[in-house]
Amino acid sequence: MSGFSQFIMQFINGLNIGSIYALIALGYTMVYGIAKLINFAHGDIIMVGAYVSLICLNAGLPWYLACIISILSCSAFGVIMEKFAYKPLRNASRISLLITAIGISYLLENAFQLIFTANPKPYPSFIALPALKIGAVTISANYYITFIISVVLMVVLTLFIRNTNMGKAMRAVSEDAGAARLMGINVDNTISLTFAIGSALAAVAGILYSNCYSPINPTMGSLPGIKAFIAAGLGGIGSIPGAVLGGFFLGMIEAMVKAYISSQLLDSIVFTVLILMLVLKPAGILGKDVREKV
Amino acid sequence: MTNVLEVRDLGINFGGLRAVDGLNLTIEPGQLYGLIGPNGAGKTTVFNMLTGVYLPSDGTIELYGENIVGKKAHQIARMGIARTFQNIRLFKDLTVKENVLISLDTQADYSLLTGVLKLPRFHAQETAMDEEAMRLLSVFDLQDDADKLARNLPYGKQRELEIVRALGTHPKLLLLDEPAAGMNPQETQNLMDTIRTVREQFNIAILLIEHDMKLVMGICEKITVLNYGTMLACGTPAEIQSDKNVIKAYLGE
Repeated sequence: MSGFSQFIMQFINGLNIGSIYALIALGYTMVYGIAKLINFAHGDIIMVGAYVSLICLNAGLPWYLACIISILSCSAFGVIMEKFAYKPLRNASRISLLITAIGISYLLENAFQLIFTANPKPYPSFIALPALKIGAVTISANYYITFIISVVLMVVLTLFIRNTNMGKAMRAVSEDAGAARLMGINVDNTISLTFAIGSALAAVAGILYSNCYSPINPTMGSLPGIKAFIAAGLGGIGSIPGAVLGGFFLGMIEAMVKAYISSQLLDSIVFTVLILMLVLKPAGILGKDVREKV
Repeated sequence: MTNVLEVRDLGINFGGLRAVDGLNLTIEPGQLYGLIGPNGAGKTTVFNMLTGVYLPSDGTIELYGENIVGKKAHQIARMGIARTFQNIRLFKDLTVKENVLISLDTQADYSLLTGVLKLPRFHAQETAMDEEAMRLLSVFDLQDDADKLARNLPYGKQRELEIVRALGTHPKLLLLDEPAAGMNPQETQNLMDTIRTVREQFNIAILLIEHDMKLVMGICEKITVLNYGTMLACGTPAEIQSDKNVIKAYLGE
């Protein structure tokens, strides 16, 4: 294989994992934008989505039903999580919210270990399309489907937020929830909607991820979750295009480091990038520098 | 005819502090009403109780005869009380038009399904909303700024946009919290004309908090003076100006 086609292969790997990071990062960034909360349990929603779809598939349901059930149950779960764990803390300090989020993350991972054991479970890849051959490069169906679905969802989400009433309400709440409430916006419903959408995206990410990287286990969500959080931070937390950009950027770094530097150093390099970013441009690539006006 | 607003024995405690005590207010349809008082008298607290931000400890608030105490802020906004803020609180990263559309949206009964599935009807509604927003903006001569980000408007126009946004909820009662704050005499003069125009064009009652006495005495038909959370005086501008207690509170003995 020539050097160039190897580079192309790595580029495609980067797009694949990058689109999964971007999908997860969107959930982080939306929830942060509206609730000013880093929802560390968000990564585990991926795992919930993967397990729910696996149960459906193993029960003999067709793949599309498995996907729909998984997405809907993750949405519902996201809303319930917000109502029971985060809403009572809405006026509490940020650190209480953060600790609660970490607590929920552990709760989910351990509850699933209890129910499904910690043993990895094989995930039947159901994306049964032919691989794409371009010259010397072969792209498996998992890869291009992941990329296409992610891009479509990101476009739909952007249009939703930009053009619909609910999208406008979400932007208004994220800027000033108090003022939005006094303009007649139901802030609680808007926050629920945000959690529902973010969790649905995580479910999709979970299903796509499991298709590419079977088997699955109850802690499968934690590392991609943290990576996606880095991606959201890189792009500028709270910014939707920032999350997408950060996701692809991080995926690309990972793929290139794995191929050309060392796969053992992968995570340390990724975290170094985050540290550098936080030092040099704390608000992220597309984040707004908040200047205090005196 | 029922009064727009009927406040009886309104009071609120913050811990041991009685911030507002025994307030009575009656606002008639189309009335321009002033709420004045020294700093810390509890004026903004009254606004916060009227809009459901604070829950009063006692007393009743009736909007066209319906008690609104205990209702949530967004419900009260939809029932017809809109407000502006002492420190401007626009959605600064949204465009001028979007700021107005947000308050118009909450008046429309829509669901996501109509938005996604019934395209023609959705479009018709969107266009109607757009036109309504532009019509409201043009009342304040803001139509040419419709696509600018709210943060890029000059100060005076931001204050006006807040009023337009509040009008977007189709209020029966508009609360203005120090609308003239930070304005020069010329801008204040324009604002007085604007407030009168709003009252006439939209046929609503207006309750305003203001420190600029020229403005208050110039346009309000009735005034209530608060001091340390209690009602010091209530009457026409002429009565207030000659009230001994008011003069004492403002100027000292």
